[in-house]
Amino acid sequence: MTRPRPGRAPLLEVRGVTKSFGAVAAVAGVSFGLHAGEAHALVGENGAGKSTIVKMLAGVHKPDDGTLLLDGEPVEFGSPADAKAAGIAVIYQEPTLFPDLSVEENIVMGRHPRKSLGRIDRAAIRAEAERLFARLGVRIDPARPARGLSIADQQIVEIAKALSADARVLVMDEPTAALTRIEVERLFSVARALRQEGAAIMFISHRFEEITELCQRVTIMRDGKHVSSDALEDVTVGEMVKRMVGRDLDALFPKQDVEPGAVVLEVEGLAREGVFRDISFSVRAGEIVAFAGLVGSGRSEVVQAVFGVDERDAGIVKVSGKKLKPHSSRAAMAAGMALVPEDRRQQGLIMDLSIERNVTLPRSRALSKLGFLTGASERQEARRWTERLRTKYRRLGDPVGTLSGGNQQKVVLAKWLAMAPKVLIVDEPTRGIDVGTKAEVHRLMSSLAAEGVAVVMVSSELPEVLGMADRVLVMREGRIVAELPRAEATEDSVMFAAMGQGAAA
Amino acid sequence: MTATKEAAVTAQPTVHSGRSWTANVLKARESGIVLALIVLVAFTATQNSRFLSGQSIRDILLGTAILAVLAVGQAIVMITRNIDLSVGSVLGLSAFAVGTLMKDNPGLPVIVAILAGLGVGAACGLVNGVLVRFGQVPALVVTLGTLYAYRGVSYFWAGGQQINADKLPKSFLDFGTASILGVPWLVLIALLVLVAAGIVLRSYRAGRELYAMGSSPQAAQLAGIKVGRNTSAAFLVSGALAGLAGVLFAARFGTVDAAAGTGYELNVVAAAVVGGVAVFGGSGSVWGAGLGALLLTVIGSALAVLDINQFWQQAIVGALILLAIGADRLVAVRVAKALKKRDSHV
Repeated sequence: MTRPRPGRAPLLEVRGVTKSFGAVAAVAGVSFGLHAGEAHALVGENGAGKSTIVKMLAGVHKPDDGTLLLDGEPVEFGSPADAKAAGIAVIYQEPTLFPDLSVEENIVMGRHPRKSLGRIDRAAIRAEAERLFARLGVRIDPARPARGLSIADQQIVEIAKALSADARVLVMDEPTAALTRIEVERLFSVARALRQEGAAIMFISHRFEEITELCQRVTIMRDGKHVSSDALEDVTVGEMVKRMVGRDLDALFPKQDVEPGAVVLEVEGLAREGVFRDISFSVRAGEIVAFAGLVGSGRSEVVQAVFGVDERDAGIVKVSGKKLKPHSSRAAMAAGMALVPEDRRQQGLIMDLSIERNVTLPRSRALSKLGFLTGASERQEARRWTERLRTKYRRLGDPVGTLSGGNQQKVVLAKWLAMAPKVLIVDEPTRGIDVGTKAEVHRLMSSLAAEGVAVVMVSSELPEVLGMADRVLVMREGRIVAELPRAEATEDSVMFAAMGQGAAA
Repeated sequence: MTATKEAAVTAQPTVHSGRSWTANVLKARESGIVLALIVLVAFTATQNSRFLSGQSIRDILLGTAILAVLAVGQAIVMITRNIDLSVGSVLGLSAFAVGTLMKDNPGLPVIVAILAGLGVGAACGLVNGVLVRFGQVPALVVTLGTLYAYRGVSYFWAGGQQINADKLPKSFLDFGTASILGVPWLVLIALLVLVAAGIVLRSYRAGRELYAMGSSPQAAQLAGIKVGRNTSAAFLVSGALAGLAGVLFAARFGTVDAAAGTGYELNVVAAAVVGGVAVFGGSGSVWGAGLGALLLTVIGSALAVLDINQFWQQAIVGALILLAIGADRLVAVRVAKALKKRDSHV
């Protein structure tokens, strides 16, 4: 078999595809080719149509117009099974696991290895899962059920699933959003190995450093249309951003200098058995404090316990000097605290409700007149915040579930920002958000801080932590191991503390 | 820097629990039912020794056999996050069809009766499956409709007449009472169904796909599972087993009219739920459903032996369902907590 070289006929080609949902054209006349042995980046803002392209390659959606060509031959995928059979493996933006089944079975579902009489070979399944996890360098018990896995672990299982399929074409729709730097590196080394074996890779990410690290070619989309396809060395990051956004972008980290005021949030000796302990910190009005650390170090769990979503075994949380009742998010909200959760789709939105209703949900009482919600005040409020976050939607009355993944996240942000909280806790504020909106979210956080809001941020993106935070609290294995003021926080100092190299190890 | 990162990762040893978590939970659940059974049987036997007489045990096993065959079919459908409420009506239709067939053709061997019952049931199940698959209507609504439709067909056909035992050939009635090596035929058939379904669900791709579909229908679609086809197949199997149960019913009681099996569907769902089959799909086993059927039958006959008003039976079954659901919830919370702790590195 001769392996086609990059530049020759593409392994998989998208030719003039169009897909509309109702009156909205999600993708209009997009063409590009994926070559064997090449990683191809697909970039664009949220709602530019990237995920729709992915779903067409995966056989979930059928293009209204245009064709897909595999090895130069037109193909039609009637179902995801067809695409899988053609050797296309997809890692979706949202993990798609079976919560009741074991991790190993999730990996092989539909392709269980079999032994005599067609029975499932459980030993082979275990071996396969262990081989893949070893290759990815992670420790997940293959026998545990998928229910309860963290988002990062879910994403790793998704990756293992795709690798297990021995695909010729690997499509990755923002696989790295929930992963730490180390996990991303592992994923990339596996992806490079696959590429060298002659697979074609399509990679979607909002992180340009990842794109330049992995990819050789880049296709840019805007508003469902194809903007350009180039070899990566021919375009600069600035040029890519300009083409994506269609305009020049201001600074990504517009941090305003704010003189911090009185202490608003105080946390003392917070602990939860087996998860975190000895957590004490305080946040002043106008301050942005970031929690950094590896995924699994307990950052999200700490802020969830502070907000009262999770219970805690010990410790005190005070807002403006007043003690909060433990395990009561209602009390936290009444005291002026807001939490934008990490898993926004699951914890932050009611998919069947309209966009405006979702935005105004936590404030429905304040907005109602004589106990009735009037459409006008709801709509006005919703419009103000969704526009500020540049959310793309058709009508405010549409169900949130119809929006693209990134735009759904913006709705969650809008919902909590509209509350005008005293303490704002944001878990991964810009995960899965495009570069144009990232700057907007950062500006918003900064201006909220300038208005006297105490901001607590959990972030896995180091540039964001370093660019936005007044103070960085680094967590490792359930404890705060370092507190770095803005001047001392560098990529190295934070990583060292997070990995345990700085402390007495 | 890279080198230290790698070291940090590889230094953590891989953890294995060795045992499957899901299997452990199921075992706990099934042993709970067995325990309840033992307590119940022991208590009843001390109150009235007739309860453990040969005839009494025989009656319980024969009753369980019919309910268990239905419960296996129901469990298969429920695992896919659907429900089949028409099984009682399918049983009635099949029992009447087979009764009529045997009455009119006394020379037919029993195996023909069984095949005919399976065929009638499979046809009914296929209609359910096709309606659920292509009508995009929830199974609850579809099978509620066919519950009345199939029953209506029975009434229309029977027109008030009843098939009595003296009209049925002796070979067929013997089949309802005869044993091989002391085990009644009906019980053997139920065990055969149970074992076959258990093996398919546990060790074959098709079975695992049913669990996947019930656990997350969207993910199942994306994984390339033929969700529509499998759903239809699950209903087909449930219908066929209800048809088989109809044959067993006719052979055991000998008297069949259009109302045979009325109200069975709720007993069947109760047996499956008590046996740990989740109403929301994705978990449970046919073993559990079979044990649930046994438990419900034993309760029924224990109450009769203890001279307790039949009225209490319904209340006790209801309490049992609530207990089963409560226990499941408790176990789920415990497992979630344990998993969370295991995950942390503290």
